[in-house]
This record gives sequence, structure tokens and C-alpha cells, in this order.
Amino acid sequence: MSRDVAIIGVGQTKFTRNYQGSLREMVFEAFAEALRDAGITAREIGASLICSAPEYDKQRSPAGLLAEYLGLNPQPTFVLESICSSSTTGVRVGYSLIKAGLHDVVAVIGFQKMSEISSAESQERMGRGADIMWEAPFGSMMPAYYAMHAQAHFARYGTTEEDLALIRVKASKYGALNERAVFRKELTVEQCLNSAVVSSPLKVYDCCANADGASCLILANADRAKAISAKPVWILGLGAASETMSLTGREALDGLRAARLAAREAYQMAGLTPGEIDVAEVHDCFTIAELMAYEDLGFAEPGKGVELIRNGQTSLGGRIPVNVDGGLLSKGHPIGATGGSQVRTIVLQLRGEAGPMQVPGAEIGLVHNIGGVGIYSNVIILGR
Amino acid sequence: MGFEKFGRKSYTAQTKVAEFVDRLAQGEICATRCRSCGRIYFPPRADCSFCLGDAMEWVKIPETGKLASFTRVYYAPAGFEADVPYTLALVNFGDVKVFGRLSSAVEESTIKIGMDLKPIVLEMPDGQITYEFIPVEECGR
Repeated sequence: MSRDVAIIGVGQTKFTRNYQGSLREMVFEAFAEALRDAGITAREIGASLICSAPEYDKQRSPAGLLAEYLGLNPQPTFVLESICSSSTTGVRVGYSLIKAGLHDVVAVIGFQKMSEISSAESQERMGRGADIMWEAPFGSMMPAYYAMHAQAHFARYGTTEEDLALIRVKASKYGALNERAVFRKELTVEQCLNSAVVSSPLKVYDCCANADGASCLILANADRAKAISAKPVWILGLGAASETMSLTGREALDGLRAARLAAREAYQMAGLTPGEIDVAEVHDCFTIAELMAYEDLGFAEPGKGVELIRNGQTSLGGRIPVNVDGGLLSKGHPIGATGGSQVRTIVLQLRGEAGPMQVPGAEIGLVHNIGGVGIYSNVIILGR
Repeated sequence: MGFEKFGRKSYTAQTKVAEFVDRLAQGEICATRCRSCGRIYFPPRADCSFCLGDAMEWVKIPETGKLASFTRVYYAPAGFEADVPYTLALVNFGDVKVFGRLSSAVEESTIKIGMDLKPIVLEMPDGQITYEFIPVEECGR
């Protein structure tokens, strides 16, 4: 288990429906919090990795603008994109830059200001995050793709709409505790089941909310981390994989192969097994996505994920607490910021600073961040 | 005819496989087969990523396939609002899987994963051309 690269600072804006300020101001909030958390200045950052999905924001080539506004010139800066998993791709690239010796300290900055376009426009763009020649012309969109995964899971394993509602009820319970979440209401199973159908079987409350938000992570090599930070959180394992963009190339729809491959790689690098994870953040853009994550990450056998949620095993006090910050479902999903926010949650957990959401004594945490409908997958294992 | 004619709303005009649309107009739904290694592709493609061959031939997909998964869409992305509700489907034809719409005439409660489906060509009033799937037992009517 290597301890070569650590996360020494984390920051995140509150995720909101409509951030009252410009993009640069929103990102500055997360960046300033991460710098204060790390106890360093912008001059000490060797490079900035700007993580965002294009076309949601009006600003093109945001790296140039943000490096200027954040005081990160003349250090190198560039954009990284893997849609919803952009900022964990940033962690992977940042880790590599540090391990290669090119930089000692790197900032991974994720953001999205989705309120600049309408929800229907946003779904159209998300639809174009799938094959635009052969699928988007039929009116495809993210909820529909995940709904097709849900139907396949239901048909193969007997999973029900009530099982998915339990996942949302859990998310809402913890979202209510998280001051940075966009959705703070607690929901009941009945409210979830009675919400309007978006794309069957997924209903409004099976879907995460679009949001504005930014996140920032400061990564450092071992020497700098030990010198600067009292509580460095180490990157123990990294895994990444890809899958065909078109559904036509996939063997099955009841899980995400890229997530299984990324998880295997991350566990192998860390020398750990699923049973050794104390707390996890998984990419619950839809309720079915969390259920598939239980199985793809090895927390449950394929088809047995429902037992974890039915028995409360993924709640606080359970065997493997998952998304006890509200997840994407209640915290909100500002695409490029999401992975960084997930990592921040785990870093706070491992430092014992997660407040009412704290998993007592958590030592090892896992982040599972998916781009598109399982097209890109990043799994990161962190330890204190 | 270019590829902009394909589907409710096409995002692509130029492609080396635009002949797909001409064949669709003739009532054929085709995949491409690599002349070098024999691999069959749907969606059709101009290039073979296995043997790097670019000599492809058109082959009709099988008459019937089985529903792999589906969803009934009630909230449409921009540009598709007039169509809701509509049903998206992935159909397994053995060598290839095909993504498209299941006929809106099929009641959601009667849709079952594994059911036999047949693709038919559909010309829209605005000149767009597409295909959709219908249950096999309705084909003879």
C-alpha cells in the first residue's frame, strides 16, 4: 500500500439551484476554502487541473479564465473532461503529475454552473453525451438510459420500485444533515413512489437534481504533505476504465462493467478488499445507479444489492455506510464538481470532521464516480 | 439523401455510412460486415477496429430480435417534446443489438423483456426517416 500522494486540502461551495454570482466567483469560493484548509497560498500550487463538462457554461476554455482569477498564473493549467467523472479524472492526472515528479502540489478544480441553461436544454446536452448518430436521434437522455438499466435489473433480479425508493429515502435523510446540499427535505417511500414518472420506472425522486457548484482538492507529494499537513489523507488505490458509449456494444445492462473493472484495479493497487472499506461515496445520479454500485464495487453479490438497502446496511451504523452526505440525489450534481465533492466527503470522514454524518473511526474510504451512462469510471480508495 | 434525414432529429449530416438511410428508404435495416475479418457491426461503421479494414459490405439484420431493455419516456429533451410519451428500446438480434423506439401503440403493461420484436421502417410527415420495433404477432395484420 503506497503513501506517495496525499490530499491536503478540500473545499466545496454549497450546491444550489442557481448560484448568485458568476462562474469565476463560484469557483473562487471552493478554491479559497481548499487553500485555507491546506494552509498554503496559490503560489505554492504547481499546476491547476480544471475539470468540467463543456456546453453547460457559457465560458469557453475556462482554464485560462480561472487560472487568472484564482491567482494561478503563470503555472500550467488545462481542462480535463470525462463528463460527470471529470474531477476524479483530475485526481488521476494530478496523482500522475506528482508521481512523475513534474509538480509537488497540484490543485484539482471542478465546477458546473448548470443554471445558465434550461432543464430541457440540459437533458438535450446530456443526450448528446451518448452516441449522437445512432441514439440521440431517438430522443435519448440520461434518465432514460439509467431507466433501461433499472428495467434490466428488475427483470433479472426481481428488484422493485420500492427498493429504489428506499435508496432515495436514505439520501434525503442525510441530505437534510448536509448544509452544502441542494435538497434538504426528508422524503418518505410513499412520496418517492407517488412522484411523477420521468422515464419508467424512474420517477422525479429517483433522479438527482441539476445544481450549480464547485469543488477543489489540493494534492501533494509525501514530503510536502508531511511538512504542510497535520492530517493528510493518502491516495491508496486508483482504478479507471471505459465502456462503449453506445448501449449496443454492452453485454448486459444490469450493472456497469467499467465500474467493476475500475474497482478491481483500485482494490488491487491498495491491497484491500471490499469488506475493508469503512465508508463509501458512490455515483447515485439515479437510485438504480447506487444499487448497481453496491454490486459493481463488491459490497454485495450481483442481484443481492437490495438486501443492503432493505436491511439498512448502507446507512450510518450499518456494515458499509454509503452516501451519508446525501449523495448526488440530495446533495445535487453539478457535473464537473461532483467527483471532487465526493472525495471531499471521504477526506472529512477520514479526518473525523464529518459532523452529524460521521462514520465513527472510519480509516478507509472509497469514491466511485461515473461519467455518462457508465462510459467512464473512476474508483479511488483513500486512507488516513 | 444524407444522414440528416435519419431519426426524429439528426445531429450528423455527413458520414461514410449514409447509404444506411437510402437502404432504410428501400425498407431494409442493415448492419455493416467487414470484408476482411467478417465482423458484423450495428450501428453500421465504415472502419473495422479489429483488423483496421475499411472494406465493408451491407447485410440485412435478422427479421426478429428479443427485447433487451426499454423505458417509457415522459419528459423529453429539447427537440423531442412533441413525441412524449415514447418508448426507447434495445433489441438483441444475435450478432448485433439495435437501439431505437418501440411503437408507441404498444401498451407499457404489455412490454416484457425477452419479447419478440420486429423492426419496421417509418417515414415521418416532415420527411425524416427512421425505424421502430413492433411485436412480432402484430406483423401479419
